[in-house]
Amino acid sequence: MDHIVIIGNGISGVTAARHIRKNSDKKITIVSAENKYFFSRTALMYVYMGHLKFSHTQPYEDWFWEKNSIDLKQGFVGNINTKEKVLNFSNGENLTYDQLIIATGSKPNKFGWPGQDLDGVMGMYHKQDLEKLEKYAPNNDICKRAVIVGGGLIGIELAEMLRSRKIPVTFLVREASFWNGVLPAQESAMINEHIKEHHIDLRLSTNLKEIKADENGRVKSVIIEETGEEIYCDVVGLTAGVTPNINFLKESGIALGRGVKVNRFLETNIKDIYAIGDCAEQHEAIGQRRNIEAVWYTGRMMGETVAQTICNHKTAYKPGHWFNSAKFLDIEYQTYGWVFSERGKKENEAYFQWRHPKDNKCITISFDKNSNKFLGINTFGIRMRHEIFDKWLTENKSIEHVLEYLADANFDPEFYKFHEAEIIAKFNQENNTNIQRKKKSWKRIFSKA
Amino acid sequence: MKFIKQTGLIIFLLGLFFFIGTIFTGSFRLTQTELDNFIQEKGYKSDVIKSQLTNAIVTDKDLNIFEFSSRVRNAYNMSNKHYDKLIAKYDAEKNWDKKAAQFQYKIFGKPHSLSFSLAKKAGKGLLVENTGLMWFLTFGLGIIGALMFIIPDVILLGKPGIKNDGIFLNAATNRGWIGWFAFIFLVTFYILLYFYPDLIVNWVYLVDPISKSISGNPASQWFLYGFLYCVVMAVMAVRMYIKYRHNKYQILRTTSVLFFQIVFAFLIPEILVRFEKPWYDFKNAFPLDYDFFFKWNLDELLSSGGFGLFILVWGVVLTIVVVPVMVYFFGKRWYCSWVCGCGGLAETLGDPYRQLSSKTLLSWRVERIVIHAVLVFVLVMTGFALYTFFSGADQALGIKTQTIQDIYGFLIGSIFAGVIGTGFYPIFGNRVWCRFGCPLAAYLGFIQRFKSRFRITTNGGQCISCGNCSTYCEQGIDVRAYAQKGENIVRSSCVGCGVCSAVCPRGVLKLENGPEEGRINPTEILLGNDVDLMDLVNKN
Repeated sequence: MDHIVIIGNGISGVTAARHIRKNSDKKITIVSAENKYFFSRTALMYVYMGHLKFSHTQPYEDWFWEKNSIDLKQGFVGNINTKEKVLNFSNGENLTYDQLIIATGSKPNKFGWPGQDLDGVMGMYHKQDLEKLEKYAPNNDICKRAVIVGGGLIGIELAEMLRSRKIPVTFLVREASFWNGVLPAQESAMINEHIKEHHIDLRLSTNLKEIKADENGRVKSVIIEETGEEIYCDVVGLTAGVTPNINFLKESGIALGRGVKVNRFLETNIKDIYAIGDCAEQHEAIGQRRNIEAVWYTGRMMGETVAQTICNHKTAYKPGHWFNSAKFLDIEYQTYGWVFSERGKKENEAYFQWRHPKDNKCITISFDKNSNKFLGINTFGIRMRHEIFDKWLTENKSIEHVLEYLADANFDPEFYKFHEAEIIAKFNQENNTNIQRKKKSWKRIFSKA
Repeated sequence: MKFIKQTGLIIFLLGLFFFIGTIFTGSFRLTQTELDNFIQEKGYKSDVIKSQLTNAIVTDKDLNIFEFSSRVRNAYNMSNKHYDKLIAKYDAEKNWDKKAAQFQYKIFGKPHSLSFSLAKKAGKGLLVENTGLMWFLTFGLGIIGALMFIIPDVILLGKPGIKNDGIFLNAATNRGWIGWFAFIFLVTFYILLYFYPDLIVNWVYLVDPISKSISGNPASQWFLYGFLYCVVMAVMAVRMYIKYRHNKYQILRTTSVLFFQIVFAFLIPEILVRFEKPWYDFKNAFPLDYDFFFKWNLDELLSSGGFGLFILVWGVVLTIVVVPVMVYFFGKRWYCSWVCGCGGLAETLGDPYRQLSSKTLLSWRVERIVIHAVLVFVLVMTGFALYTFFSGADQALGIKTQTIQDIYGFLIGSIFAGVIGTGFYPIFGNRVWCRFGCPLAAYLGFIQRFKSRFRITTNGGQCISCGNCSTYCEQGIDVRAYAQKGENIVRSSCVGCGVCSAVCPRGVLKLENGPEEGRINPTEILLGNDVDLMDLVNKN
């Protein structure tokens, strides 16, 4: 019986294990140094905020693993002997495998800032980071101020976490507007405002120069690159993106780039070794996706895919249309298809944008200005139906079609106010068109592409 | 704002202190005439009870309620013992005529109920003579304090949105000492209400003027309960309005349950009584309304003319037609979280505790066994009740109908629905009764699961398995288990409160009523991953 060993019990590794178990009776072992049981990393913030207990972040009860005969092994893999097919653990133990899946995820970026390893400096990624945060920032007596470096999704989450305990937060963002490498200016500006509404000291176009220590080697302050200003603080959060967690593979002979190099079948250069999730790097990007995608659902999809291959049903990783979602403090964000920021968008791509006069709601639809083909949509404060947009993208619908049938795609809770009429009116006015809103139809919603 | 909130808390606690304190106040005694009238009203033929009660409570002494209660119960026991002895004596002498003659002197009913009825006539002192003032010091301060505690949240909670910060860090909402204190208070309250009403007779005095103005009658402990229920729901509904002010579904739903509680469960039945009609809550459907088919109820309805008949027909139609048809179109939520009184309390007073329900597979198993057992119990009991009503026999298969009814009323009606159902809010979450006990919920659940348009749609591949939905499901459904697989949630126990959808940070869940086709959609691979689905299907 084949022994499948999976390094990493995040969403990628656990999904792979579950699907291998569904399709075979191979022996499966999941190795992790972080925590014995799978938990949802994206929910760690809610534990600190008191919305959840840590146990709530675990999607499966503890008996699940034994019942499905998935062995859980706690340990840190120091090295892989790919010839003998043996994992060497840092404590001297060994484990042999027949097929190996590397799913070790990411680790927070550190860019060599002076003081980046002081006590009180942390990322917000691992369970251990949460424990550190509880230690260094349990309340606003012990942590008088926190400085967050790096304006991405984790940065704003960390700011929200600290604010939930009324800890003053200074948020250093390199860009001139929050996440404007990804978001169009309209949306980025709305989030800037929203961050300030939450009493977060947002510093745009601001870089970190160094972190200073007190006499005990703990964080005392940070120095701003541009102005030389010293900001006193007790905690520094480094949230300037993540990078694949693959240091332990350097001597293994597995081909590495920034991540573990894989082909479309998620195979590495060495037979019987696969890599999935955040740590996998495609030789060539798929569509307009990046070579490394540190996204929850791509990890899950790679897990589903590699499980097929391992169960003798060789399957290429073919992520469908891009989609994603996030929440910026109180504002929910969803995206389907490609909407690039002004900085990243191509010559043929145009925006149609609408923003609610009062509420934190807005949309940007990206379309081809020559053919009017619908390319993607960003929605803020309005929920959309994934299946409908997936279908429209597959069918290469035009922006007019999307607007006409926008009611089909609305996914807001019942009794919420609809905005399709205003949105369509704005488009008609700007483009001299006469699109009429169609009423929501279950028949259309359920018709398959 | 914080100051107002803290002041509110102090005022509320003061009101609570007075409220509890009133139990120990006042004195209770009757004049001979009052007692004679009472005994005549009740039709007691026993001379023993008369002399015993006269000795016990026709007095110049200031008896508090505990002394009063124990004296009345003692008199009750002495009287019954006296005649029990005679019965035993004549039995031994085989003097059947004399033996049979003794039974008419025995007093039936619960001693604490007799004590309550007497205490309701015997109260003297500050509270009874100044109900207005005392109402203000108890109910009044409680309401004002609670509102002062709640309303500043409009500002303190910040911008509209999900406000669950600190719930698991708070002793009130995470089974801390405040939670346990609330638990003890609620359980004690229900035990007193159901089994020792005489001990809380002072509370009933407080609401006498209100009862008289609505139904024309002095209040009973059930009027007190109904009034308190409405007050608590109204105050806690204000909290819901503030907490979920961004969410129209929650606001409408809260308004709806509050309306049905105050108008249908409280005002209309009391007004019916004023017009000498039977007390009836038009929205309370059998089998939650478990005594609807009891002989005494049917007799009362049938003797109340056309209106009684109308209630009888409506009660039957409600359960057999209205409930299932509405569940088909809207799911059981139309009842459980838009109309029902139990649901109404759970969604207002109970909302702070929703996260405490157990999500384990084990508790789901227990839930299915227990709730369906209660449904079977109520149906069997109703079978007995109807048999008794139509045949006139008071027993079937050697079991007395009355015995079954008493057991159900005690175990399910009082202990399960009241003491456990509400008392355990702070420990097991706010839907203990609805989830594990309510036979109507079990019935609605069958329809919702097998023949309904309602489902919670999962939005493709957006789920990040964070667990907010499962944690905040008051019914203990592991919502995430479905959402992370891209499956719609179709569960008999879902009451459609809509909170899973509200707390989801990724916009994954939507409660909706749509075509039955495709409602249940187990998926092999989630949306987004373009593996060849037909391949997978063919392989299986």
